[in-house]
Amino acid sequence: MTNHSTNQRTNDSTTTLLQVKNLKKYFPIRKGFFRKTVGYVRAVDDISFFINEGETLGLVGESGCGKTTVARCILRAHVPTSGAILFRTKDGNTVDLARLSRAELRPLRPQMQMIFQDPYGSLNPRMTLFDIVGEPLYVNGMTDRKQRVERVAELLRLVGLRPEYMQRYPHAFSGGQRQRIGIARALSVNPRLVVADEPVSALDVSVQAQILNLMLDLQKRLNLTYLFVAHNLSVVRHICDRVAVMYVGKLVEMANTLELYASPRHPYTAALMAAVPVADPRIKTGSVELKGEVPSPANPPAGCYFHPRCEFAEDVCRREPPVFREITPNHFVACHRADELKLPGIG
Amino acid sequence: MSDEGRMTKDEGRMTKDEGRMTKDEGRMTKDEGRRTNEQMNNGAATEETPGAVLASKAEERVSVASNWKLVWWRFRKNKLAVLSAFVLIGFYLIVLVPDFFATQDPEATEARLAFIPAQRIHLFDGTSFSPWVYAVVGKRNPVTLRMEWRVDESRKIPLRLFAPGFSYKVLGLFETNIHLIGTADPKSEDRLYLLGTDRLGRDQWSRIMYGTRTSMTVGLVSVLLSVILGVVLGGISGYFGGWPDLIIQRLIELLQSLPTIPIWLAMTAALPQDWRPDQVFFAITIILAFIGWTTLGREVRGRFLSLREEDFVLAAELAGCSRARIILRHMVPAFMSHIIATSTLAIPVMIVSETSLSFLGLGIRPPAISWGVLLQEAQNIQTIAQAPWLLIPGVFVIVAVLAFNLVGDGLRDAADPYGH
Amino acid sequence: MTATPLLSVRDLKTYFFMDEGIVKAVDGVSFDVYPGQVFGIVGESGCGKSVTMKAILRIVEPPGRIVGGQILLHRQKQNGVLETVDLVKLDANGQTMRDIRGAEIALIPQEPMAAFSPVHTVGDQVIEAILLHQKVSQREARAIALQMFKDVGIPMPEQRLDEYSWQLSGGLRQRAMIAMALSCNPRLLIADEPTTAVDVTTQAQVLRLLRRLQEQRNTAIIFITHDLGVIAQMAEYVMVMYLGLMMEQGPVDDIFHAPQHPYTQALLRSIPTIRMTPRVNLPTISGSIPHPFNKPRGCPFHPRCEKAMPGKCDVRTPALQPSGEKQFVSCFLYHDAEVSA
Repeated sequence: MTNHSTNQRTNDSTTTLLQVKNLKKYFPIRKGFFRKTVGYVRAVDDISFFINEGETLGLVGESGCGKTTVARCILRAHVPTSGAILFRTKDGNTVDLARLSRAELRPLRPQMQMIFQDPYGSLNPRMTLFDIVGEPLYVNGMTDRKQRVERVAELLRLVGLRPEYMQRYPHAFSGGQRQRIGIARALSVNPRLVVADEPVSALDVSVQAQILNLMLDLQKRLNLTYLFVAHNLSVVRHICDRVAVMYVGKLVEMANTLELYASPRHPYTAALMAAVPVADPRIKTGSVELKGEVPSPANPPAGCYFHPRCEFAEDVCRREPPVFREITPNHFVACHRADELKLPGIG
Repeated sequence: MSDEGRMTKDEGRMTKDEGRMTKDEGRMTKDEGRRTNEQMNNGAATEETPGAVLASKAEERVSVASNWKLVWWRFRKNKLAVLSAFVLIGFYLIVLVPDFFATQDPEATEARLAFIPAQRIHLFDGTSFSPWVYAVVGKRNPVTLRMEWRVDESRKIPLRLFAPGFSYKVLGLFETNIHLIGTADPKSEDRLYLLGTDRLGRDQWSRIMYGTRTSMTVGLVSVLLSVILGVVLGGISGYFGGWPDLIIQRLIELLQSLPTIPIWLAMTAALPQDWRPDQVFFAITIILAFIGWTTLGREVRGRFLSLREEDFVLAAELAGCSRARIILRHMVPAFMSHIIATSTLAIPVMIVSETSLSFLGLGIRPPAISWGVLLQEAQNIQTIAQAPWLLIPGVFVIVAVLAFNLVGDGLRDAADPYGH
Repeated sequence: MTATPLLSVRDLKTYFFMDEGIVKAVDGVSFDVYPGQVFGIVGESGCGKSVTMKAILRIVEPPGRIVGGQILLHRQKQNGVLETVDLVKLDANGQTMRDIRGAEIALIPQEPMAAFSPVHTVGDQVIEAILLHQKVSQREARAIALQMFKDVGIPMPEQRLDEYSWQLSGGLRQRAMIAMALSCNPRLLIADEPTTAVDVTTQAQVLRLLRRLQEQRNTAIIFITHDLGVIAQMAEYVMVMYLGLMMEQGPVDDIFHAPQHPYTQALLRSIPTIRMTPRVNLPTISGSIPHPFNKPRGCPFHPRCEKAMPGKCDVRTPALQPSGEKQFVSCFLYHDAEVSA
């Protein structure tokens, strides 16, 4: 059930749920006794993308690329330095999450929730499952305990856990089960957007599949929209309709999943694909090596951030930063040479 | 997109953290031999069969055990700590009703009865349980003009438990005159000197009982005040960061850089001489608290800083929890057990501080009684040589400090088995 | 492959004695590693792969200890004489074991940040490793270290020698770790999840480097990981572990294209790969990994196995038996031999 939206603006069958425009998040670097600002870590450096209702957008990149910061900015765990985060609320209005005050934001919180990476750190070890899953309900107005008990039971069943478990504490559960609890908590307030920050990275291989299946099922049942942040390209390919690739705080490419994997248009994307080890000894990967190191977001190179490592770099790449533009319908790239390059893809 | 071979089964089992070879108490799994059947429910995540049952009561108990229960179970295993806890309970019973444990009025001075040595209690008269002591007879040495005491084996003074003695009020509520132990015949002239008398003829044992009350209370109250100051200021510092953090941190550093003894001397010397003993007592407590909160404040700040970054705190924020709720419901409980353990370890420090101050004459002053005041009597060699039993309050200090340390260590180990 | 293995592990058992019970982390594992071969050990958490590695290096910490089995290392002493040493019988802190550790068997640990001391430069640490095992002067050791840094592809090696581990990026740290491990030219390298903590492009670099170095120096590698993709790319021979026991062993192609053990089959099916249809439910292995305290009776995988035979698989534990030209499997579907208690 892949959702192929053809353009950014609304069309008959899909509507944009979230639109991020020129999002920037800079963290000041402070030194000295009086904490003077000496520079900035450009964690997110002018990002624009959109997610349609009911679809899953993958956000991939390596460590330090800023994908987690993007996720947290969208949920306003960080306050963006600049840019707009346009969210279409339940009643059809579009609000800019970046501009809202804490008080204005509070009633909207139930509409967007997060699933965390670490199944151990994301559950308060001193609260029972009922408390954990029920807290969002309580805080958002469901003060009647009996109602909460019923709803928590329903949620636990929804994620495949027995309702009797609600009296237990997290320490009694395995990693996979804890992720399910976290998912139940996120879904308790009927969110429309769920930001999943590496939800299966910390789980065993056999458990990953269970959680991915669960997420797919829930999306179908509840018409959820996912922003799936991850670094595992196989997992991302499996679950996402569209994928956006980040590098040192910038978006380098964004397209439908199959198209991105089969024909990447940015050299970094191609290198990333080529680097994924395939679980088949007859197919040798890693033949093309990406040289050099990821630059620091506090001190990125001039021009295109990727140029020092790019085998196709030319003069213009060293001078001018490329524009993130649409080169084929719904396929966006930030590369000066995207039109000419023929890059290898995978499956 | 057909459903090929979907076999999503659910984990119906409470498994422990896989592969962690750490000492994780009590987390046990269900019996692996049973399989839960899966049920496809409109393509949703699967449910378990209603029939599957938990393997054992023990596992059920552990899985619903709150953090405090787990801490308690772990603490219980530490025999030394449990024993020390009983010792402390004993001490605090004395704190509640010191009069019950005392045998004489601690203020009653009689110069004639000075320096009576500790009397040895014999528990059995013949074969029956009937405590008694030998009488002591004093004679003034014509040369040194000191009273010398010897045991008069011809006279036995019978004792009994729960004997009547001087009257007192229990917790200020009701009056009674029953004491733990005393002479059987209340009207007799003979008295019981369990730990001897001091140079003014005052019964040491009774004075130590009252001293216990003061010394143990000062320790407890000043740590309580420190905890409140430390948690509040450290919490503000850690949670809000920015300017409050800077100011409070510099304040902590300032306070910590002050040399403690001179400060104590200065502050207690500044107390007016004509204050009543209990006012002095309060002042000492507050002074100690104001200096002692800094270490705890730092730790609390550190904990808050790290807790702020925890995912479950972020999840609570995203759910819409207010700041107050996050602090009280999520962050404070997370380090409560650590705070309790640390505080328990801070109390003996306070006790020793108070004892030292009073010993030097700068803290609690006579006629108020504390262990330090009692030890003042043992300040010179002559006294120690003549009446070594006057050092026994020191033993009480040692036992109390040791007991607190063992309990504190036990609590800390129980609360943080991995030692973070 | 020569006929004599470099390392032979026979029926290795390592148990952890805890208050709550005994955890049989490794419960009868046997395998051979040949000179120059890349031997992959793959499994999920709790399977015992890390403990096996620690047992070989004799760095198992209390409350764990080796309770049975042999670890036979075929080595050549300084005077040229060949001998076979059973590492289990050696004193873990004795001279012989310390000679072997670092010089003949080296380790590349999972977390390079944790493996380097933050207060010494990386150069100093590599030089220390060299000086411990080779009779060279300080200057010569530094020259060797410099050459190693060049071999592993660290740019500006002269400068890097004098830097601290926290000044290096993740990829460079891992390279420095490899340099340290290879500095004494060990015949066997144990790589314990060396790429789990790094990014995918760095992982590609590290794997490429290991492959190159392995070919150049003919070092055998025991490659431990949970990532099936990495195993497929690196290993020649693979052993699949689960809950402390071997499930299957064989050449890498057989393991991936003709897996015999139900666990291996289910595991391979459940990982998302580039070639499958996206957004369908993955076939999963039912249930989850049981806690090592409560290992199932009989075959450890039977509660989750679709092909389990009641009465057999839940009572007796299958032993590893040959089932093909070079394949071995522990499963009653293929044979009836069981583990002797």
